[in-house]
Amino acid sequence: MDPTALLLSRLQFAFTISFHIIFPAFTIGLAAWLTVLEAMHLHSGKPVYRTLFEFWLKIFGVAFGMGVVSGVVMGFQFGTNWSVLSKMSGPIQGPLLAYETFTAFMLEASFFGILIFGRTRVPPWFYLFSTAMVALGTTLSAFWIMVNNSWMQVPTGYVMQNGQFVPDDWMQIIFNRVVWVRFPHMLLASYLTGAFCVAATGAWYLLRRTYRAEAHVMLRMGLALAAVLLPVQLFIGHLVGDYVHDYQPAKFAAIEARWHDEQPASEVLIAIPDSSTESNKYAISIPVLGSIIGSMSLSSKEVGLTSFPPQDRPPVAIPFFAFRIMVGCGLLMLGVAWLGTWLSFKHRLERNRLLLWGIFLSFPLPWIAILTGWYTAEVGRQPWTVYGVLRTADAVTPFLTAAAATTSLIMFVAVYAFIFSFGTYYIYRLLRAGPAGLDDKVVHAPAMPNRPMSLADRPLLPGGNCAQAGE
Amino acid sequence: MVTFWVALLAISILIYLLLDGFDLGVGILFLLPNSEARRQAMLGAIAPFWDGNETWLVVTGVVLWGAFPVVYATVLSAFYIPVIFMLLGLILRGVAFEFRAKSQRSRWIWDLGFGGGSLVATFMQGVMVGALVQGLPIIDGQYAGGVFGWLSGFSVLCGIGLCLGYALLGACWLVRKRDGAVRDLARSQIPVLATGVLLFLILVFAHALLQHLPILHRWIERPYLFVFPAIGAGAACMLASSILRHDDYWPFHMVSLIFLSAFGTLALSFWPYMVPFAITVDEAAAPHASLAFMFWGAGLVVFPLMLIYVAIGFRVFKGKFDSESVRY
Repeated sequence: MDPTALLLSRLQFAFTISFHIIFPAFTIGLAAWLTVLEAMHLHSGKPVYRTLFEFWLKIFGVAFGMGVVSGVVMGFQFGTNWSVLSKMSGPIQGPLLAYETFTAFMLEASFFGILIFGRTRVPPWFYLFSTAMVALGTTLSAFWIMVNNSWMQVPTGYVMQNGQFVPDDWMQIIFNRVVWVRFPHMLLASYLTGAFCVAATGAWYLLRRTYRAEAHVMLRMGLALAAVLLPVQLFIGHLVGDYVHDYQPAKFAAIEARWHDEQPASEVLIAIPDSSTESNKYAISIPVLGSIIGSMSLSSKEVGLTSFPPQDRPPVAIPFFAFRIMVGCGLLMLGVAWLGTWLSFKHRLERNRLLLWGIFLSFPLPWIAILTGWYTAEVGRQPWTVYGVLRTADAVTPFLTAAAATTSLIMFVAVYAFIFSFGTYYIYRLLRAGPAGLDDKVVHAPAMPNRPMSLADRPLLPGGNCAQAGE
Repeated sequence: MVTFWVALLAISILIYLLLDGFDLGVGILFLLPNSEARRQAMLGAIAPFWDGNETWLVVTGVVLWGAFPVVYATVLSAFYIPVIFMLLGLILRGVAFEFRAKSQRSRWIWDLGFGGGSLVATFMQGVMVGALVQGLPIIDGQYAGGVFGWLSGFSVLCGIGLCLGYALLGACWLVRKRDGAVRDLARSQIPVLATGVLLFLILVFAHALLQHLPILHRWIERPYLFVFPAIGAGAACMLASSILRHDDYWPFHMVSLIFLSAFGTLALSFWPYMVPFAITVDEAAAPHASLAFMFWGAGLVVFPLMLIYVAIGFRVFKGKFDSESVRY
């Protein structure tokens, strides 16, 4: 195996998965929000919910399309670049991802077509059902992906036979202890992404003094959801830290930039870790806090990186900084969400342009938090692909050449950069045009407050967002 | 258990071929000179379906990984370049659906991306099938053919053949789903494409028989295997007659039958090998615990459900799209 092919394969995987995760993170939250909007419209009949639904569905469509195509890539990359891993762990990872595709992918894909084109072809209850199925599909998909990744983080329920991981206890694999903190952590992160995007869009419209009615709904719903979910997320995040502490001590030490065993341990707030001297430069640390965070005790002994042989240590700088950026984003979002909710409750948010700017500019925070969270988890797992059992260096396709890996990496970067620029631009243009910028031919349902389930408004919607025949 | 998963894998591949085949085929036909109205109509005929269709490729991939991990790992790593190009092609065509509708000046980029992506993805799929039929250089269960081990005259021929085949399916789909100028154009393309496909099939069949004598023996020993080519020939006759009768519904089904018979012929020729003459089905199968776990949930419960969703999708958008058309 060529050492550069290994590095290039790792880069390619990191690149394609970083790109991919941006979209599911967004669409999981957005699908749930669309379901809520559609249900509220059916229930209350208020046109603002329908307007918002049609508007966000367009944005969902673009993001979903990019999520699907980049997800197809992920499914095949295990085989192309990591053939040893796929051969060895296929009996476990294959069935898990098969369940993902069977239960989630097909559900999303089938009902997505109805969502985009089927408004006039199905009864309203079935349309709502389709929306809910898409939301369910995205959530199930996240569940199986987290089960699969958690098995690689904390492998369990298997025996080794003829060089393969053979499943021994599926209950242990699926109900892996860590899944039940990591899955909610990811799901909440996705809902927060959706909530912040919606709220930021509302803030943007108010700053531009357009679409006040829609903007108020978006701000109120987005901020309130974030305000409730963020404290829960911080708590779950703490539980994730506990599992890392217990099951992946080397990763925990890297996140803490703790080089030597300490008792009681101090907590490094910020520093520049230097692996050549095995120490931190410019460190600001608080005594004893490390023991409290690690073990909820004032005197526990916490393990340092030098307790592990050098070939078993993860790189330090990336998990250390990524973790701090993630937590920082979380705290910033908490401040924005609480302040914003409080002011909107007092009807003073619209006048507070500074906070509106803050909400608007905080839209990338959930994504930064998700990406840095994944970097912490995945880089911290190194040098292992299956933690403690299979090294990343041994998992790569043995006959892969550096030339082939370079070609594919360059092509992925070029194609992704190309479609990402256009995709972002199209989403931006949809957002800028706003709900009224939808296809001119779309006629919105009139308000029918007393007849929420009425079929009478259907003929007024020629094609929902599908216009008349183009021939 | 192994038999169940082989069967399910074969069904998934076949469904993928037929479903994504028609929308990739429409993508290939998209490259021919077309007016904007015609392009809209072509896209509209596949827009609600393509996403679900493409999912069958992922179904095939994960069934292969879960049930036959050795084949998944060996074949995908051996086909490094074709797989990457297929994926890039699928990406370009996939985003084109959404992007094209949102673009103004850059629409031509997505037209090109849609047609070109479809062509590249199809060609690569054909190349991979061709290389498998020809036999990958595998020594002691390890692929030993290098980065371009899949490339040969025969595999390129199969790539071209599959492009013709998908284009034929696509044309039949347009005839089935559309009216007016689009249908008339597609109908006029069918005889040309069909002739090309039949010539190609005969060539491949002859080649396979000449190259691999074991297959020839198998065919002579078990003459009932000729039932598949016979079905294909029958379907070809029906296709010709339905075109002459200006029937819009049957051509698609007849071409599907031709695909089915070609696929069946291929699969039975190589049984019990999954990677011809290197890895058998039993050698490739995952441990019983994996197959059983997938069988009781995914296979027995979710797979029929999946077929139901697909059926619902096709039912909601049944019939010809004309007066109240789907448009991107």
